[in-house]
Amino acid sequence: MNTSTRIIGATLALAMVPTLGVSDPDEDSLTINGEIAIVTETAAPAHLENVDTIYSGWRFRSDETQAVQMDDFDNPGMIGVENALVDWASADGTEGKSCADCHGEAEELAGVRAVYPKWNEEQGRVTTLEMEVNNCRETRMGAEKWKYTGGDMTDMIALISSVSRGMPVNVAINGPAQSTWEQGKDLYYTRTGQLELSCANCHEDSYGLMIRADHLSQGQINGFPTYRLKNTKLNSVHARFKGCVRDTRAHTYKPGSPEFIALELYVASRGNGLSVEGPSVRN
Amino acid sequence: MRTAFGAAVAVVLTAGIGWCDVTKPQDVIYVDGAVAASLSGKPGDPAVGAEVMNKGAGNCIACHQVSALSHLPFHGEIGPMLDGVADRWTVAELRGIVANAKVMFEGSMMPSFYRTDGFIRLGDAYTGDAHGDGEVQPLLTAQQVEDVVAYLLTLKEE
Repeated sequence: MNTSTRIIGATLALAMVPTLGVSDPDEDSLTINGEIAIVTETAAPAHLENVDTIYSGWRFRSDETQAVQMDDFDNPGMIGVENALVDWASADGTEGKSCADCHGEAEELAGVRAVYPKWNEEQGRVTTLEMEVNNCRETRMGAEKWKYTGGDMTDMIALISSVSRGMPVNVAINGPAQSTWEQGKDLYYTRTGQLELSCANCHEDSYGLMIRADHLSQGQINGFPTYRLKNTKLNSVHARFKGCVRDTRAHTYKPGSPEFIALELYVASRGNGLSVEGPSVRN
Repeated sequence: MRTAFGAAVAVVLTAGIGWCDVTKPQDVIYVDGAVAASLSGKPGDPAVGAEVMNKGAGNCIACHQVSALSHLPFHGEIGPMLDGVADRWTVAELRGIVANAKVMFEGSMMPSFYRTDGFIRLGDAYTGDAHGDGEVQPLLTAQQVEDVVAYLLTLKEE
């Protein structure tokens, strides 16, 4: 390389600095509607071996994207919450019951999102919030179950999450849930597809770094359902898992599958201590 | 059987002639992670390699920064910067790293660009569906690996 090209190269390298070197979470703090304080950074739960501090994905997003989540009037995910409030109060199925008939106001479910997925003694397995919504619909309402990642379902999960915002994620990982949690942990570290990437490759080993135009977060799920500016809709956890696994050029698991239930429990547990944020806003 | 076939291919490669100069992924011989002979039996084209750095299944700059490609947006930070990579590695080493970095660097996050077996839940490209029974194609063709290697050889600082 001659001197003049080297100088050009150096100039280009300098010009590149603003688009590169974006790393680590930022220092911003999140309060929603000026009143719901959200913990976006805290000490990692004891079971995490390779991470000291956990961060909400909100901390990895641009100021513009962050701002959209700070006021419910700006947050497009709240439209889903409003849609779900209509379903909440509407009778459906052979029993002629609505959610409200048994549960009262949606706020009565404050704290529920924070502890799911959770061991269900009656079913003898770990269940997700989506499974419990369908359980209610089928066994108590006599209604058709909703598609696992469908709009009705994701809106309802957004409603149930929204009334827990600010409360710490606290899923149980021991006791009867332990074997499911361990299955989820195995999946988290399994390198799938032709690209042979695990969740951990990007979200544990490389968070804070850029992968092409994406700023990698820790892949926390405390903010789900998530309104993504990319597809302008609320996204459920399992739909996002599926998208990630697909992007490793793998045969994905299905939303609602035992594998994704286990993975959800494990990934949720990596965020124990962060606040429930759903519906959050991401890119 | 496979060994015998590999040897036959190697002989043909050494001779540098014939219709089957392309070494199949399963027949590539790694020595300390390096691959001595051209996978396609032909020289690489650095101009084509520069394209592969940015596009398709190559997309090397998704993870690596390259100052000489700074006109292209969004270079990733996962892997080491590639400036001066030709000063640090031989052509055989670069070929081995591009073809299957995990031979030299055990546990590397870098995908194996010229390998077709040993995957978990191999999908049909980015569809999310299972791959099925058809022949597995490597992420890059033998010639594309050579093109990328030829491009990398232009990244000198000395």
